[in-house]
Parts: sequence; C-alpha cells; structure tokens
Amino acid sequence: MITEFGHMALILALCVALVQSTVPLLGASRGYAGWMAVGRNTALVQFVLVAIAMLALMHAYVTSDFSVINVIENSHTDKPLLYKITGVWGNHEGSMLLWIFMLSVCGAALALFSGNLPPDLRARVLSVQGMIAVGFLVFILLTSNPFLRTWPPAANGHGLNPVLQDPGLAFHPPFLYLGYVGFSVSFSFAVAALIEGRVDAAWARWVRPWALASWCFLTVGIAMGSWWAYYTLGWGGWWFWDPVENASFMPWLVGTALIHSSIVVEKRDTLKSWTILLAIVTFSLSLVGTFLVRSGVLSSVHAFAVDPWRGSFILLLLIVAIGGSLTLYAMRAPALKGGGLFAPVSREGALLLNNILLTACAATVFLGTLYPLFLDAVGGAKVSVGPPFFDRTFVPMMIPVLIAMAVGPMLAWKRGDLLGALQRLWVAFAVAAGFTLVMLYVTYGGPVLAVLGLGLAVWTAMGVAVELAERVRLFRIPAAESFRRAIHLPRSALGMTFAHLGMAISVAGISATAWETEHLAIVPIGGGFTLSGYDFHLDKVENLQGPNYIANDATVVVRRGGQLVEVMHPERRYFALQDQTTSVTAIRSNPFADLYVALGEPAADGGWTIRAYWKPLISWIWGGAIIMAFGGVVSLSDRRWRVGAAARRRQPMAQTAAAE
Amino acid sequence: MRRTLYLLPVVLFLALAGYFAVALRPDHDPRELPSALIDKEAPQFALAGLNGPMVARDALKGGPVMINFFASWCVPCRIEHPLLMRLAEQNHVPLYGIDYKDEPQDAQRLLARFGDPYKAIGMDRDGRVGLDFGVYGVPETYVLDKTGHIRKRFVGPLTAQQVDNELLPLLKELGRP
Repeated sequence: MITEFGHMALILALCVALVQSTVPLLGASRGYAGWMAVGRNTALVQFVLVAIAMLALMHAYVTSDFSVINVIENSHTDKPLLYKITGVWGNHEGSMLLWIFMLSVCGAALALFSGNLPPDLRARVLSVQGMIAVGFLVFILLTSNPFLRTWPPAANGHGLNPVLQDPGLAFHPPFLYLGYVGFSVSFSFAVAALIEGRVDAAWARWVRPWALASWCFLTVGIAMGSWWAYYTLGWGGWWFWDPVENASFMPWLVGTALIHSSIVVEKRDTLKSWTILLAIVTFSLSLVGTFLVRSGVLSSVHAFAVDPWRGSFILLLLIVAIGGSLTLYAMRAPALKGGGLFAPVSREGALLLNNILLTACAATVFLGTLYPLFLDAVGGAKVSVGPPFFDRTFVPMMIPVLIAMAVGPMLAWKRGDLLGALQRLWVAFAVAAGFTLVMLYVTYGGPVLAVLGLGLAVWTAMGVAVELAERVRLFRIPAAESFRRAIHLPRSALGMTFAHLGMAISVAGISATAWETEHLAIVPIGGGFTLSGYDFHLDKVENLQGPNYIANDATVVVRRGGQLVEVMHPERRYFALQDQTTSVTAIRSNPFADLYVALGEPAADGGWTIRAYWKPLISWIWGGAIIMAFGGVVSLSDRRWRVGAAARRRQPMAQTAAAE
Repeated sequence: MRRTLYLLPVVLFLALAGYFAVALRPDHDPRELPSALIDKEAPQFALAGLNGPMVARDALKGGPVMINFFASWCVPCRIEHPLLMRLAEQNHVPLYGIDYKDEPQDAQRLLARFGDPYKAIGMDRDGRVGLDFGVYGVPETYVLDKTGHIRKRFVGPLTAQQVDNELLPLLKELGRP
C-alpha cells in the first residue's frame, strides 16, 4: 500500500514538473504575474511528492517488503538497519530516485531563497529546473521504476553487495549527488539568462552561492569516495582514474573554474558568455557522468547493471538537455554585452588563466576517460589508457595551476603589478626553494618529481600565508590588532585562504605517496616482519560472528624499537549469502603517516597473507579536501550574500571591488 | 566568424553524442581491452600454494614463465586444459597456475581427473591477485620475461594456433631459462 503511494507520488511529481516547466516560462514571456508565481509552489509541491516517494521506498526496505522487486534484489532481513536504509541508493533504481530527490531539494531551496530575485528571472530559472525534473522523472518511471511488485513475494532478498555495506559508502552518494545536482541550479540560471539575453553582476552574485555550495558537496563527496576506496579495497590505493571517478572529477574541475570565473563577472562585469558556458558545461559533465556510469559504454569497477535501453534513454536526455542549452548558447551568447578587454596582468587575468588551465585539465581527463570509446568507434585497436596516461598529462598540467595560485591573489583588479607581486612573494619563494633543495639532498636518489610536488605545496601554502599576512598587516601593526583584522576579514577572502591552503595540503599528501613502503608476505601465527622501522607481529587470528557475516579477526601487534605502537585488528569478512569476502583494513593514522594492514588469504600451512603499508602524509589528501570544502562554506557565509544582495543592480559595486 | 565560434560547443557535443550512440550498439563489448600492464612489471603477489610451496612474483624471476589463471568452475578452462598438458610435456617454459576464486578441494579434484600441468599453483581465493593483473575472466594466460615483466596476455582459452603463431615464437625470443 505504502509502496503504491510512493509510486503515485512519483507520477504526480511528473505532472507537477510538467506544469513547472511550462507555465512560469510562458508567464515570464507574457508578463502574467500569476503564472510566474506558479513556479515557486510547484517546486515546493514537487519536493514534498518526491520526498514521499523516497520515504515509501525506504519504508519498503526497512520493513523488508519482499514483494517489491527492488527490495528483493538488494536487501535481506539479516542486514543491519543502517544498510537497509542506505541500501535504498546502493542500486540503479534507488540511486536514480535519490538523484531526483536531491534535484527536488535544490528546486525547493531555490523556490524558498529566491524571494528577492526579479520575478521573471525567478520564474524562468524554476521552469528550467522543472524541465530537468521532467526528463529524469520520465526516465525513472519508464525504465527504472523502483516500486515494481512481484507475486508471490520472495521468502528473502538477495542482500546488498558486501563491499557496499560500509558507513563510508553509505553517505558518499548523497554528498556526491547533491554536488552533481546542485550544479543544475547554476545551469538553470545560465539558461534563464540566455533566454532573457541579460547577464550582469547581480546575476553572478545569484549564481555564485549555488555553485559554491554544490562545489563544497562535490568536494566532500569525491573525498569520501576516495577515502572509502582507500580503506575498504584493501590494496592501499586511493584514486584509480576509473571512469566513474573521472565522471565526478570532471564536473569538479569545471565547477572550480566556474566559481572562479563568476567572481570576475561579479566584480568586473566581464567574462560573461564564458561563465555561462562553464555553468552549462559543469552540469552537462554531471549528466555525461551519469550516462557513462549507467549505460555500460565504458567498463568500470563501479558500474551499475548494464542496460542498453536505459543507456539510449539517457543519451536522448543528454541530447535534449546539453544539445538544447548549447544551441541556445550559440544563438544568444554572441549578443551578450561583454565588459571589454582587460589587462593580462591583473586579478581577472589571473582568474582567466586559472580557468584556462582547469578546463584544459578537465579536457585531458575527458579525453583519457573516453579515448577507448573514440578509438573503438573508428575501428582502431582497443586500448585502455589507465593511470600512466593521467600521470603524464594531468599531473604536469597542475604545476602551472599551483604556481599561479600563489601569485593570482596578490594581483590587484584591473591592473596588477606582477613584479611587485613576485617581490612580495620572495619569502614564499625562498622557503619553497630552500625546502626543495634540502629535501633533494636528504632523499638523494629518490623520486625527484615527488620532491618538486612537495616544494610546490610549500610554495602554495606560503603564498597563502603571505597573502593573509599582508591583509592583516602582520608585523607592521601590533599582533592583537592583526588578529582583530583577521577575524573581521571579508569571509570570501578567508574562504579563499582556507580553500587554497587545503589544496596545498592535498598536493603535499599526494606527492608524499611516492615514499610509501609495502610489505606482502605469508606470516605464520607468532611470526612477523619489519616495515619502515616498525615490527609487525601476528599474535593470533580469531573467528568472530557478525550480524550477516563471519570474520577472521587478526591481532597484529606493532612495535617500534621494542616500544608498543598499536594493536591492530585487520579482518576478512565472509558473507555467506553472496559467497563473497571483503577485507576490513586496520589503519593507524596520525598526521605524519598511516600504518595500513590488510589480512589476506589463509595459507595451507596455517599462515596468513598479510599486506602492510607505511604511507607518509596520506591522510593529508582527504584532510586538504575537507579544508577546501570548509573554505567554500566560509565563503558562503560572506555577508554580501545575506545583505544587500536583494537589489539587482545594473552596475557592479565598485566600492566592494576596490575594498577586496 | 565570431558567431561560428559560439557554435563550437554544440558541434563538439553532437560529435560526442554520435560516439555515444555508436558505443551503445548491442554488439559492443567494452571489456575487450588488452592489458594495460604489457611491458610493465607484473603486480606483486604471494599466494599460498595448493599442496606445494607458495607462489610469489619475486620467486618467478630468472627465466621466462607463464602464468595461467584458471578455476575448477570454469568451462573454457577445461577446453584449454589438454593444450596446457601438452605444453607442460614439451617443457617449453615453467607454467604456473593461479586458481582464481576457487575452493582447494574442487581444484584438487579437477587436477586429479584431468592431470596437473602446473609447476606450482597459487590459491587466489578472493580474486585479489586476479584484480591486480586486470583479469576479466578465466582463463587468462600471461607470459613474463626473466625480469618479471609481462610480455603477453591471452584472454580466453589458448588455442593451438595461438600457441604456434604467437606463444612459441615469443618464448623463443625471450630465450629458454
């Protein structure tokens, strides 16, 4: 009964979305205020309806209703409650419903927080948002309905893939989808602006918080996914350049470009059609990512069940959404008034450089991901490019990004002084160069590129520090006064400081992976081995009974110079239902290095395969990402989003621009 | 001229959509890819042996070797089996087996019935080593040179033709141990 409610709610949501996508748009073009106002209410109603559908499916999972096909295929009565709930989005149909739910959340948030938007722009934005909802609701109802029943009901379900029964993965999709789908709002703003034929600083001021919030969610989502891969897959990797990972990384790169270029639109009223294009491309890449994951055109370790009919349907959606918006762009963008040329050496010039580099990086990832597809289509040899390609193309492209990252914020708007900026950065350069030389000497014969990576991280971090020190006039005025200034800095400036610092920290973590050490051996009970100065001793392996698995739990005692460091418990879990084994790695983390132990196969003679790693600075990779996202949140709390944003001004706020 | 520039994004996208449409054709198999590990060092592994010593990568260095991923539950492996037996008898190169996602007693039974062509067999019960090698399915056969680098990968059961035309010339080139 409740399942049918959910199904009906989804169908009603489609009807409402049809209204939302047409009536406000017509109202805006004809000037009917009543029709325009429909957008707000339909968006809210749609959120309620999709939420009902989501709750209905969760109810079916929690109560283990085995007359629902989706529940049979993905759940089991023995599954812990948490995974019954998160199992809702651990499959294709459920994750599509989550996607649509996130879309309706964004639509409702847009409806609620757009009260001070001009009514015609608001109506158009909500209409475009409605169109996206129509596309995906039709898709889920026709090809991926999670509410289908079967009769007679099954006795029990097939269970959820054990690899997915993990708290990290439980919360990875909601963040990732909120990021993907959040960019639909900037997409809608871009399309609405193209329909209106008008883009100004106020428009950018409207788009930026949405893009920034989506970017924060996407950053956290990607970091969570990578961390999950690190600690569950049991071979210590954290990024595999897998098509599915790339599908989330490409919108992140272009979205990063978008949040930077929208600053230029806001402050200098230029770079408009480029920003519009970025807004369209960011969401388009999210859609292409969805297509790649679900259509099976590329093989991947994460791929969902493959269904060509679904693939064709999403392709159709892509052509309508991306093809349509880009056609609109080709028609309307040339008419947008640009703000004229600007000097290459200036803040806006630096932001443009950042944009060019980031989009080039995204294009590289795009080519690497889709290269097998292109080559295959023209009948060439089948190749997979794999990590070697990305290491050789993507990584070098990040070097200029990092070099420019320290210089850009030092340049003034309109006309910067590059020499002056470099002079003010001499401390950063001296520290980075000194650090690099010392490291090269210490690690002589080791990985040179990794040392350079660390050097770049130091350069970026020092650049951030110098910029902050200048803002708060450190050492020129009393320390207390500097501190007071730091607290009262514009939040957007503080946000940038955090985000750039986070980037430096992640880069340091990534570079340091070059020094990791690995040991793989069959260890008898009571035996041990030494890795990077740590003595590992396998005390015992016990059998434990979990809720829906049996575990081999090893006790590994780690000592350093005879001193106890940690007692670690790596596990191997055997899920009888799926006849599948997963590994639960034991990780001892501190800010400087991780010790990572995974338990492998038992050997015939009573020993166990044990894989151990020492990974310096590895947790910095995710820590940096979290700090980046935190920077985004700080920037979101800037007062200009709250105060004074109401008026849609034709002129940029010259005073604000000068002050920052 | 300026206007045509604005057409570029949509044109590029339509070209991409064309590729997607081609890729969706039903006979397309995205898994048909050669190994990305060719000419790379074989992934590090150490597996418990099936009634014998452990099989580890570093112990295999010193001469060309073949590694055959198989399983008792795999039908194409049975097809390949007599050919492996013949290769073993001719003693071209040491052949090591990796028993992929399999139970030891099942593998024992298979070998007792059809003969054991392998010098030693590593038990890859959870398929981790297979994953590291990028094995799509069993059987798969890899040829490693004396430095432990992967030189050739055969996906699916070996055929007599492949042995004569590709495998034996390669082994000759690599030099016998």
